[in-house]
Amino acid sequence: MSHFDVAEVRSRFPILQQEVNGQPLVYLDNAATTQKPESVIEAIANYYRHDNANVHRGAHALSDRATEVFEGAREKVAQFIGAPSKDQILWTRGTTESINVVAASWGEQNLTAGDRVLVSAMEHHANIVPWQMIAQKRGANVEPIPVDADGAIDMAAFESLLDERVKMVAVGHVSNALGSVNPVAHIIELAHKAGAKVLIDAAQSIAHWPVNMVELGCDFYAFSAHKMFGPTGMGVLYGKRELLEAMQPYQGGGEMIESVSFAGTTYNQLPYKFEAGTPNIAGAVGLAAAVDFVQGLDRSAADRHEAELLHRARAELAAIGGYPLVGKAESAVAVLSFVSDFAHPQDIGMILDQQGIAVRTGNHCAQPIMDQFGIPGTVRASFSLYNTHDDVDRLIAGLKKAKMFLA
Amino acid sequence: MTEFGVDVSAEDIVDTLSFFDDWEERYKYIIDLGKELPPLAESAKTEQNLVRGCQSQVWLDSQLREGKLYFVADSDAFIVKGLLAIVLAAYNGKSAAQVADYDIDAYFDELNLLSHLSSTRGNGLKAMVQRIQNEGRAAL
Repeated sequence: MSHFDVAEVRSRFPILQQEVNGQPLVYLDNAATTQKPESVIEAIANYYRHDNANVHRGAHALSDRATEVFEGAREKVAQFIGAPSKDQILWTRGTTESINVVAASWGEQNLTAGDRVLVSAMEHHANIVPWQMIAQKRGANVEPIPVDADGAIDMAAFESLLDERVKMVAVGHVSNALGSVNPVAHIIELAHKAGAKVLIDAAQSIAHWPVNMVELGCDFYAFSAHKMFGPTGMGVLYGKRELLEAMQPYQGGGEMIESVSFAGTTYNQLPYKFEAGTPNIAGAVGLAAAVDFVQGLDRSAADRHEAELLHRARAELAAIGGYPLVGKAESAVAVLSFVSDFAHPQDIGMILDQQGIAVRTGNHCAQPIMDQFGIPGTVRASFSLYNTHDDVDRLIAGLKKAKMFLA
Repeated sequence: MTEFGVDVSAEDIVDTLSFFDDWEERYKYIIDLGKELPPLAESAKTEQNLVRGCQSQVWLDSQLREGKLYFVADSDAFIVKGLLAIVLAAYNGKSAAQVADYDIDAYFDELNLLSHLSSTRGNGLKAMVQRIQNEGRAAL
């Protein structure tokens, strides 16, 4: 088993080398956004220093170079997720926009009155609201797949919900609020057997494991660059070719057309028909650098490192007492979501912040699951591969202090 | 209703907080101030009195008596409740004109708590201050 050199990886993240409130920063808000390695920051800066121009248009050297890095990034992402072709990689602003593209474009053509869209009860609002918007327009219904008390999808209940009216099943690979890992391969298999399409929200999982679109077999796959060490404002939508071909464009504008006249307009081919306007070229460059960063790691060693952190943090949190875990699914990424017996999550977050420890508190844009558990929100400490055992110690010490203060 | 901040003035709070030199003492004091806030009756925790914050819930009730405004506030989070007490100390028992004109930013700056007033903190404090100011203007 190879050793994961966390100190070396950590040293590549300049932002982590700072003090907050007089103490070394402990950054445990990675489920909200990960920090960026020097290589990503440099790639974006270098693009603007040397290659910046608009893509696919200019008859000049800079435009050629910009187009090359931009399309090179698409090719790299296609390989990264095992997509059959780079034409099936659409650039978006993030996971949220990716889901909105599918809901609006695919939903408009494929949902009719009485159709059903299933989403898990612990989805992020970004994988609920776009479906509600199109469902309302088309007379369809959005229904929750039940989640049990541990924060795992109730697969038996899911199976019994499936019938011929279910046209779409949209689930997260990993819950942002609880860290639960959902059995997406099984979900895809059951949904396809029932004739439904499947969208996987990979925002919280993309940084964790290698994936392969052909093996996974999902119809749509959405993720954001900024949760995998890349820039904000950049996202990916993968789709099966025949589905993307049949879908109408999401927005109109330049780049997405083949020819325009007042008699009628014809659309460009994939992926450009979904990319109206000047795209986020620097974002694509940054995402490509993030893919290089991730692929340069021993991913299974990184995964073991994170699992160790979670294991220790869970045990030590339980030892303090008064901080019940929310979400205890057996299969989970390194997310510690908990409440306290003696104070509001926000109190805990504020006391941790004073100690230089960054966590998220609140409902994590997943209100339905918070309502199900009867809590206003949780404290969420989410780890990434650059977090250390020392970070766990600081969190635990911080929580002991918060208990002393507030209990 | 009984109000907080008639006996404890904003000046008292500024004096006391400036006396502490570490965050732990400051936060203990803020939490203690919150504990002194008279509880808001459950019947006053109405939708109308709810101040929309992102995370914790904040309620604000007010009365105009003999030309002076009186506020009662509550929150389900301790530290936010302490911050509410600090805000009420500045406003309670003042005339509408005093409430409308009061420079809360300067007060929070003096307390070195300005970051808590930022709208990005999502603690509902900014929204509560705005509501108090609006009531001051409405009562002019």
